[in-house]
Amino acid sequence: MKSMGATQEEYYRGVRMVPYDLVKELFIALAGVGLLALLAALILSSPDVAPVTVAAWAQGDPVDFVTTATNELAGTTVSAGYGNPYNTAGAGQSWGPIAPQKWFGTRIPVDSANSFVIQPLQRASVGNPDLVAALDTWQKAAADQQTKWLDAYTKALADAKVADGKVTVATGDYGPLPVMMSNLLGVAQAGGLDGLLVINGRFYQTDYTQPLLFIGDGTYFSGLAGDAHLSSSLWGMMNETGSYPGQTWLWLYTLWYQVPPFNSTTGFLGFNASNADLGIIILMTLLTAALALVPFIPGLRDIPRWVPIHRLIWRQYYGPSKSRART
Amino acid sequence: MSARSSVEAEPAADSKSWTLRIRNAIDRHLPMDHLLPDRQPYYVGSWVYVFGVVTIAALVWVILSGVALSFMGPQWWHDSRLGRFVNSLHFWSVQLFFIFMVLHLWGQYFMAGWRHGRAATWMIGVVIFAVSILTAFTGYMSQQNFDGQFIAVNAKDAMNAAGVGAFFNVLNFGQMYGLHIMLLPIGVTILVVLHIVMVRTRGVVKPIDAEGSSRSHGEASDFVGTKGGGRP
Repeated sequence: MKSMGATQEEYYRGVRMVPYDLVKELFIALAGVGLLALLAALILSSPDVAPVTVAAWAQGDPVDFVTTATNELAGTTVSAGYGNPYNTAGAGQSWGPIAPQKWFGTRIPVDSANSFVIQPLQRASVGNPDLVAALDTWQKAAADQQTKWLDAYTKALADAKVADGKVTVATGDYGPLPVMMSNLLGVAQAGGLDGLLVINGRFYQTDYTQPLLFIGDGTYFSGLAGDAHLSSSLWGMMNETGSYPGQTWLWLYTLWYQVPPFNSTTGFLGFNASNADLGIIILMTLLTAALALVPFIPGLRDIPRWVPIHRLIWRQYYGPSKSRART
Repeated sequence: MSARSSVEAEPAADSKSWTLRIRNAIDRHLPMDHLLPDRQPYYVGSWVYVFGVVTIAALVWVILSGVALSFMGPQWWHDSRLGRFVNSLHFWSVQLFFIFMVLHLWGQYFMAGWRHGRAATWMIGVVIFAVSILTAFTGYMSQQNFDGQFIAVNAKDAMNAAGVGAFFNVLNFGQMYGLHIMLLPIGVTILVVLHIVMVRTRGVVKPIDAEGSSRSHGEASDFVGTKGGGRP
C-alpha cells in the first residue's frame, strides 16, 4: 500500500502547480468574516425579548392562569396527559411497533396537579389558615366530589370576571377551589410561584422543566408566540422574534410539518399529524444518512456529472487554455 | 563529556517505539508541505474553494465570542451593553458559519468532492453539519429569553417522541448550557480538525472526468474512487 504522502504527489503528477499561500488566505478570511460579523453586530444587534415568567402570565391573563391551574387539577392539560418521559398518562407517539417515547420510561417524573398546584399551595399555606383548611377539604374529598367541583368551576371560569387582578366567578358549588385558586393566583402574581416551581430541595437549580411545562399548558404563552410569528404553522422553529434570522438551517425539518401526511388527520402509511414529530425525526434521520452516504448512492452521486455546474467551478480546466494548462 | 558521548552512542529507537511509529506515520501521511502547502493545482481558482476557509474563519469567531460569553456567565449579555454586543457578534458569526458551511457543502456536492478516496472526508463533513445544528440548537435554548423558552417548549415534543427527551431534556437549562459551551463545541472542533487533516492529506480533488483517467467518462466508479483513484 502506498503512503498517503506519496499518493498525493502521484495524484497530481502532470498537473501544473501554481503558487498558493494558505496561511495568508486564512488570515484574510478571518479579517473579512470578522468584519462582516462586527458590522452586523454593530448595526443589527441581536434578539433578546424578555422571557415569560409565571408572574407575568398571572398578571397578564389571570383567567387563563386560573383555568390552566384548574385543568392541571383535573388532569386535562397537555402536560398532565403527556406520557413519557414525564408520566404514564398518555401513550406517546408511535409508528407501528416503533415507540421510542415508551421505551425509556418515565425518566423526568412530573405530576402536574401536585407539582404545579398542590405542592406550591402547601408551601405557601404557612400562616394562612383559610388555605390550610381549603387544602385539607380538597385532599379529604372523594374523587367524584373533586370532579364535580372541577367541572362546575371550569364552566364558571368561561364567564369569569377580573377586577384588580383577582378572578371572580358566578356563585356556585365549587368546594375549596375558589380559595385555592385565588391563593395560587396571588402567589403567582407576586412572583412566588416562579420560585416554588423550581424548588428542588437544594439551594442551586438550573432545571426549568416544571415552570416551562406549566407555562406551555396555558394559552397566554402560545398567544405571545403567535403574535411574534413563532407558531409552528408559521415555521416557528426556524424563526426568531423580530426580524432576525433564526435557525434557518432547520428549514427542511420545519417544512415537513406543513405538508401531508404530517399535517393531515388521515395520513399515509401510518404517519399523520398525531405522530408527526416521530415521523419527521425518522425521515430527517434517513435523509441525513442519505446525505452522508451520497458517495455510495447511484444517481445522487452522478448528478454533479450531469449538471454542468462543475464546468463553471473549474472553468480554467475546461476552458480554451485546457491543453496549455495541463502541461 | 563522557555522559554525552554515551547518549550520542545510544542506538536509534527501534520499530517497537510507539513514539517513533506515530512520528513516522505523521511524516508519511501528513508531511508539512501537505499540511501547509505553498502550491496548488492551477484549477484551484474558483471562489467556491473559499467557502471552506471562510467557514473555518466564522467558526473561529463563533468560538472566540462564545468563550467571552461563557467566561462572563449566561446573564451577562442580558444586562450589559458590551455583553449584548459580544452576544450579537456570536449570533452573527453563527449565521455566517452556517451560510458558508451550506455553500461549501453545495460546492463540494457539485464538484463531487468525494471522488478518488475522499468519501470519508465528505461523510465527516456531513457529521460536522449535523453536530453544528445540534450545537446551535442547544445555543438557542440557552438564550434565557422568550425565544429560548419557545424553542424549548416546542422542541421537547420532537425530542420526546424520538425517545431522546428522556436523556436530552431541552427544558433543563443547565444541561443545554453545559452541552452548548463545552461538549458540543469540542466535538465540532475535533471533527473540523479531522476534516481539515483529511483534506490536506489527500489534497483537493481533480476536476470531474479529468484528463488521464483510465476509465471512460461517466463511469460510476469514478465517483466513489479508491485510494489514489488510479489517476495519473
